[in-house]
Amino acid sequence: MSNNKDVIVRLIDVEKEFDGVKVVKKLNLEVREGEFLTLLGPSGCGKTTTLRMIAGFSHATSGEIELEGKNVADLKPNERDVNTVFQNYALFPHMNVEDNIAFGLVEKRVPKAEIKERVAEMIKLVQLEGMEKRKPAQMSGGQKQRVAIARALINRPKVLLLDEPLGALDLKLRKQMQLELKHLQQKLGITFIYVTHDQEEALTMSDRIAVMNDGVMEQIGTPDEVYNHPKTKFVASFVGESNILESYVEAVRGDLLRISLEAGKAVLHAPGFKKEEMIYICVRPENLQLSQTPIEHFSIRGRIIEHIFAGSVIKTVVELINGQRLRVARHPGEEELEVGTYVYVFWNPKKAIIVHTVEEQIYNIIEQNSNRMYKEFVEKYSATTEEV
Amino acid sequence: MSSKKRQSPFAVVYACLVYIFLYLPIAVVIAFSFNTSKMNIVFEGFTFDWYVSMWSNTLLMDAFKNTIIVALTSTLLSTILGTLCAVGLNRFEFKLKGLISASLYIPIVIPELVFAIAMLILFSSLGITMNIATLIISHVTFSMPFVVITVRSRIAGFDRSIEEAARDLGANEFRTFFRVTLPMIMPGVLSGAMLALTLSLDDVVVSFFTAGVDSQILPLRILSMVKKGISPDVNALSTLLIIGSVLLLTGTTLIQRKLERDDAV
Repeated sequence: MSNNKDVIVRLIDVEKEFDGVKVVKKLNLEVREGEFLTLLGPSGCGKTTTLRMIAGFSHATSGEIELEGKNVADLKPNERDVNTVFQNYALFPHMNVEDNIAFGLVEKRVPKAEIKERVAEMIKLVQLEGMEKRKPAQMSGGQKQRVAIARALINRPKVLLLDEPLGALDLKLRKQMQLELKHLQQKLGITFIYVTHDQEEALTMSDRIAVMNDGVMEQIGTPDEVYNHPKTKFVASFVGESNILESYVEAVRGDLLRISLEAGKAVLHAPGFKKEEMIYICVRPENLQLSQTPIEHFSIRGRIIEHIFAGSVIKTVVELINGQRLRVARHPGEEELEVGTYVYVFWNPKKAIIVHTVEEQIYNIIEQNSNRMYKEFVEKYSATTEEV
Repeated sequence: MSSKKRQSPFAVVYACLVYIFLYLPIAVVIAFSFNTSKMNIVFEGFTFDWYVSMWSNTLLMDAFKNTIIVALTSTLLSTILGTLCAVGLNRFEFKLKGLISASLYIPIVIPELVFAIAMLILFSSLGITMNIATLIISHVTFSMPFVVITVRSRIAGFDRSIEEAARDLGANEFRTFFRVTLPMIMPGVLSGAMLALTLSLDDVVVSFFTAGVDSQILPLRILSMVKKGISPDVNALSTLLIIGSVLLLTGTTLIQRKLERDDAV
């Protein structure tokens, strides 16, 4: 993220407070030109607030927001070169499709002939031909969403902000619109900042995902990085299904850790850990394996509780001896295990990921800071003693 | 509602009675406007004479003209003020908002007579002689709260993100108000205006105290005519007013229905 030219939106230490409650905390984010960035998080994590601050509907309590390198604190929503697609479409009910889409151009005093041309072009782009004269009340959810997208895109914004735009659509239509939106973005090359709480949607559509929790951005990275290398416990559990196990390092041999869990012992591959360190490990259901015979290095035992049929895979729930339940994704062809069978749980040591909790990260920061302060103090103190 | 119950004959009779009770007086006025006799007691024969002669009754015509001026001006003013007030109360949070909002209802709940006397005292203590302006001011005062109420109930269900969308697309505050907010609250504004108009047209009590000598309006004129007996040209004028009101009401209902059809987003 060192190349400044590529950054189109930059958030620097942005914080937002509502009635004394911080909903966005020290947010630093750089959005690159032409990328599809998703703000992903549960409701109330501050993702919509962040979007509204970029759009200009809400002011940051502290920190700076830059669009194309310029601080936009004093710019009103109508003065910013970004447009928004709202969650509930927010179409103008008294205007037909054409007039809705033309709204932005009329406000910009674009000549009538050009408006007509560009509206027609947009209607074609979002495949609403023949609906020009319809009012929003006479359209389906998916159609209204298309109007909302066309209306926001016609101003040719530098950045398009989308606030859970597909939230109200049914699953099938949502999947279809996800792909369409992604293709549209690739075709137009406009930067999209997309807010959603649906991790699957984020993984499908995004170039990069910023995972937010409780006002803090916990991780930013490509879908692959976020899914396969979650940095925190929250990211691991929120993005995709995961089994999180608390354990401590019993022995270290090179990069191989021998760990001890409540329910048994296991090994995993991870560099840079010390003996007796407490760690959280995350194993995806598809990376867990079951066996009726013991496996070398693994001694985690459990009993099969139930099988959940989920189409291409069967999710098997295993209860460990300490009561923790793990979800294991198995394929229909695998060895059949009846409910009640005792099994050994194991995994490829390279497929388990060590994750942190936010608290740990904060402790790390505090530790670094206190080390620095201690050093400064020592330097100062030694300087003064020398004077004396 | 597929299960239509058979109506009992009692319900039909009852409904008829209610409607007779409501409309008989009006029917009588209309009927007597075509009566050849000068007395509103017996119907002697059919004539259109009163519809012709009323135009030369200068007292009546002056009052009619004043009524229209007062009604239209006060409706326009109270609709503008009331709408702005409702929008402001909806949009902003400020100190004493509850009190200010509640105080709007006072002109509605206090007895009209008290309100009328209050206006009279206010104007005379300020040394203002009653004229058509004082009349309009008082009408605006008592009809504005009704506009505020109807417009506010309309705004209450209003999705703020629609206004935000307009701002987002490049419209400033004023453009947003005129292109988006106002069209959306129009049904409320129209019913508010209709209420204000009717209130102003038939007001007697407040007008009695705040109208000047030069600003006699129809209700007051008719009231003073009662002593000598109401001439049938009043019936003719009333009939025209009724027809006018019905047309106006039908017109606004049709417009409102059209506006509300767009609403079900």
